[in-house]
Amino acid sequence: MVARVQVPGNAKRGEIIDIRIAIQHKMETGFRFDLFGKPIPKNVVNEVVCRYNGAEIFRAELGSGIAANPYMQFSTIAEASGEIVFDWVDDAGERGTERASITVSA
Amino acid sequence: MLPRSLRHACALACLFVWTCTQIGPVFAADAERPSPLRSGIEFTSADVRSLQDDDFQNPGMLWVTRGEELWRVAAGKSGKSCADCHQRAETSMKGVAARYPVYDAAAGDVVNLEGRINLCRTHRQAAKPLVYESENMLALTTYVAHQSRGARVEGAVPTELRASFERGRERYRKRIGQMDLACTHCHQQNWGRTLLAQTISQGHGNAYPAYRLEWQSLGSLQRRLRACYFGVRAEMPPYQSPELLDLEVYLAWRGRGLTIETPGVRR
Ligand code: HEC
Ligand code: HEC
Repeated sequence: MVARVQVPGNAKRGEIIDIRIAIQHKMETGFRFDLFGKPIPKNVVNEVVCRYNGAEIFRAELGSGIAANPYMQFSTIAEASGEIVFDWVDDAGERGTERASITVSA
Repeated sequence: MLPRSLRHACALACLFVWTCTQIGPVFAADAERPSPLRSGIEFTSADVRSLQDDDFQNPGMLWVTRGEELWRVAAGKSGKSCADCHQRAETSMKGVAARYPVYDAAAGDVVNLEGRINLCRTHRQAAKPLVYESENMLALTTYVAHQSRGARVEGAVPTELRASFERGRERYRKRIGQMDLACTHCHQQNWGRTLLAQTISQGHGNAYPAYRLEWQSLGSLQRRLRACYFGVRAEMPPYQSPELLDLEVYLAWRGRGLTIETPGVRR
């Protein structure tokens, strides 16, 4: 699973920053059938969690209604230098992780 | 000695004949190109355009990222990666996609970018060829073509490509399928008009591989061409068939001068 995470490399303490993630995933709805008429089992990324220096700052539960290759964006406040880490899992149990670092100045 | 004006005329005639032999079919067919030349992105809605323009939101960039990873992975008996021979793609692959398809003397055939990558797989890496339209083939092709983003499609027709070009040109005008329509009926005669919910573009290949929202995935130019065959209810030629390769050659000439957008985004 490929993913891309975007976090500003530098920010001022207290600044509002945008964090973005895109995950390559088919997001199989469970409503489709293969060429032989057999249902294709649902397999979507069902949970995405983001932690900033270990503290959870964002969590999303996704379902069948989300398009393939989900893209998410949210904002947070730059508090300290460190790491922003995303973890996610799909219905098949496959996990992914992606990280980015940020330097926060006073 | 011939009078001066006659000499002049002879020289002009020679130049004309020479020009015709160099770019013969191109010269003759020039009026067939749409004017003004416009990329398919100009016919899409604002939301599609903004998706393509934002390098982070553009879903096709995920394939670029994947391709960049694969570029450094050793494959086959050679134990070599693309990077071992080609180093940084940003320099070695810059402008390459703008020149494809080409005629490959060793293969004795027309080769598109996917075909070239597979020649490197089999001949240089001693690895199995990648399946057309597989995730890895799409990722590598998109990564390589992305290095030419902003470059202009060259669309040259050297002598060795001429036969293929002429076949593609003919194919472009041939009515096909239950709807009995040729490419030219939609993309040359009716571009800018609406067909169901879509605006018909001039039908260029400069965005491919491209992400199509309808596919919920990225796909090759040949996948898009097959979709047009399907659209007029014609039998779809197989991937890498001479028919699709000839069309790619014609399309490159027809769209020469357009800017490469890979990975483009389309509806
Ligand atoms: C019935 C009309 C019709 C015919 C005939 C047709 N197409 Fe298309 N084609 C479309 C539509 C609609 C689209 C999607 C919107 C657009 O970009 O034009 C499309 C898209 C394309 C694109 C992608 C353009 C882009 O920027 O994404 C190419 C290339 C193309 N067609 C080539 C062909 C070729 C080659 C043929 C002949 C084999 C053909 N088409 C026949 C209607 C047609
Ligand atoms: C062992 C060395 C070697 C490896 C490994 C290799 N290539 Fe090549 N590649 C070459 C050589 C040599 C050429 C130019 C000559 C030719 O093949 O016609 C070339 C040509 C190319 C071209 C065409 C360049 C042009 O200007 O037309 C592309 C695209 C390409 N390689 C992509 C790849 C990719 C992608 C990979 C990895 C899957 C790869 N190559 C692996 C040696 C290699």
